[in-house]
Amino acid sequence: MRILLVEDDAEVGRFVKKGLQEAGHTVEHVLNGREGLFMAAGENFDLLVLDRMLPGGIDGVKLVETLRGQGNHTPVLFLSALAGVDERVKGLKAGGDDYLVKPFAFAELLARVEALGRRPAVDAPATRLKIADLELDLLSRAVTRAGKRIDVQPREFRLLEHLMRHAGQVVTRTMLLEKVWDYHFDPQTNVIDVHVSRLRQKLDRGFDKPLIHTVRNAGYMIRAEP
Amino acid sequence: MSPPPHPRHNPGPQAAALPGGLPRRRVQQHPGPLWQLLASASFRFALFFALLFLLAGLAFSGVLWWGTAGALERQIDSAIRADAVALAERWRDGGDPAVVDAVGERLALDAEDQTLYLLLAPDGQRLAGNLARLPEVYQPDAQWYGMTVERDGAQSEARLYVLTLPDNSRLAVGRDIGEKIRLRALLTEGLAWSAGVAILFAFLGAWMLRRALEERLAPATTTAALIANGDLSQRVPLAGREDEFERLGQSMNTMLDRIAHLMEGVRGVSDAIAHDLRTPIARARSRLEEAAEGSDDPEALKGALERGIADLDNVTRVFQAVLRIAEVEAGARRAAFAPLDLVPLLEDAAELYGANAEEKGQTLATDWPAALPMTGDRDLLLQAVANLLDNAVKFTAPGGTITLSAGWEEDAVLLRVVDQGPGLSAADRGRVGERFFRADQSRNTPGSGLGLSLVRAVAQLHGGSLWFEDGHASAGDDAAERQHGLAVCMRLPVA
Repeated sequence: MRILLVEDDAEVGRFVKKGLQEAGHTVEHVLNGREGLFMAAGENFDLLVLDRMLPGGIDGVKLVETLRGQGNHTPVLFLSALAGVDERVKGLKAGGDDYLVKPFAFAELLARVEALGRRPAVDAPATRLKIADLELDLLSRAVTRAGKRIDVQPREFRLLEHLMRHAGQVVTRTMLLEKVWDYHFDPQTNVIDVHVSRLRQKLDRGFDKPLIHTVRNAGYMIRAEP
Repeated sequence: MSPPPHPRHNPGPQAAALPGGLPRRRVQQHPGPLWQLLASASFRFALFFALLFLLAGLAFSGVLWWGTAGALERQIDSAIRADAVALAERWRDGGDPAVVDAVGERLALDAEDQTLYLLLAPDGQRLAGNLARLPEVYQPDAQWYGMTVERDGAQSEARLYVLTLPDNSRLAVGRDIGEKIRLRALLTEGLAWSAGVAILFAFLGAWMLRRALEERLAPATTTAALIANGDLSQRVPLAGREDEFERLGQSMNTMLDRIAHLMEGVRGVSDAIAHDLRTPIARARSRLEEAAEGSDDPEALKGALERGIADLDNVTRVFQAVLRIAEVEAGARRAAFAPLDLVPLLEDAAELYGANAEEKGQTLATDWPAALPMTGDRDLLLQAVANLLDNAVKFTAPGGTITLSAGWEEDAVLLRVVDQGPGLSAADRGRVGERFFRADQSRNTPGSGLGLSLVRAVAQLHGGSLWFEDGHASAGDDAAERQHGLAVCMRLPVA
């Protein structure tokens, strides 16, 4: 992916750029909002990673508003030290697609970047999701593995659906909480892990090839190969 | 070119802004004693009451004057007029001689020697009466005159009514009003004296009123001044009277208590931050330092770094929680309030934490009506319920039951989370909800001590309250083994 990173802190910028490049992306890094807007409007990017507060008179929110005003719909991920919920709402209202509060784990950033960059095409709604021998029928809400029906609860179905829509990508615990349960809060404990491990037991019982993998220090990933 | 002597006289474009500001500032900087006196509210009150008092005195004197001196005057005037009219009647009946007779008769009858008469023929000849002449300033069209008369060798004031009879002879009827003038002088003197005394009393009263006001306000002022100097322990001394000043003192004290409580909270937070954040930071630091200096084993190095990162993440979480509590307590988050149904939210919470309870072999029992519509902040309410359930799961032994229930209580939702943990002593109950407080039994369980603080803050943000009760008394007869359990109750008003 070609990513534009607008981050005024040189150290954080360098760290993010290096990490994203190691993950196989091309990254342009600029230090202020004016330059960022200039580049975002003039060139094609798959994703913008913006600091919320930027020097140069144009902050992240202003930048996104301007871009959206010009009909540019490149996905935007906000990075911000402003953790207040109102701030988050402000960022998303302005046209941001995701909001990550500093300090963050790089794995969380990478997972969100990849989720945003490879969003499924909206105009082709799939009715079936398939990975290896696992199949998900979105209409009848049935889960089968190697033709054998597996009973899951509605929430487990949504959890599995989200993982399968992002197959091959890391999905973090916070992302699951936000997307599957639709709450922004600090769960204090490993609630998500418990739910994932239950789902994993249901899917993998009787099969020797596990499908849901734990990615250390990051989250979960569903993929066919071990 | 020398600079203008005074910036105020600088005719530059910005000079226009200055004149308005400068003199006013000067008055405030150097208030004269008179200005100070006028600026004093108690002085103005006192002055107002003094003026009111004087005005009342003036009205009283006016009425008194009209009722005594005025009445006397009016009485004399009507007597004179009646006398004159009667004599004119006589003249019409019998001409001059009849009037002469009548005047003689009346003078003879007047024992007090107060009446004055004079009848002048058209040629000016004096026909009858005890008056020597008409007033010198006689005008044909005027009827009433005042004049000085010489009587028995003494000067006296007289009031005269002069009537021109049809044959152009003139008749004057009058009274000696010397007595009356003396009476009036006496009355004037009396009123003047009493006015003087009244003014004296007015100012004395004003002064006393001002003194009293200042005296009653002094405790509040002194206390405020002491507090401004930094001694927050000061309180307004109360005299035990149930008046306005007492209430002022009471509200000041309530306010000061609240401020002191908040200050204590801030101090508590900074202490706690110092303690609870210093520890993981110190741990992370020592690990990283050790890793940097010590082993060459890449695996050990990596492990140390990862633990350091985990420590920093923990620091961030505690920090976030403290900020979140502060944000909620400041009430800034009411912006996210929206109408919502509590039931799906409770179902989500039960589903999320029910799995955890099951992992620990606990049962999560739930009970609520079909719908619980209210207004609130969805994420915060879920966070509050989550914190309560997380605590309950943490403190309940395997095999125990946790109950999450909600229902109507008048116009509020009453939410209860009951666990079968060790419960809380009465002393600890008062302190739970204070930031970073952890009961002694919970020292060994993980947690920051911030969970219930946030729950309490969320309850308060929703206009509700949080309190604690005993869970159940049913678990076991052996007192040593009995687990009281804890019921955390949250009351959330609907609107």
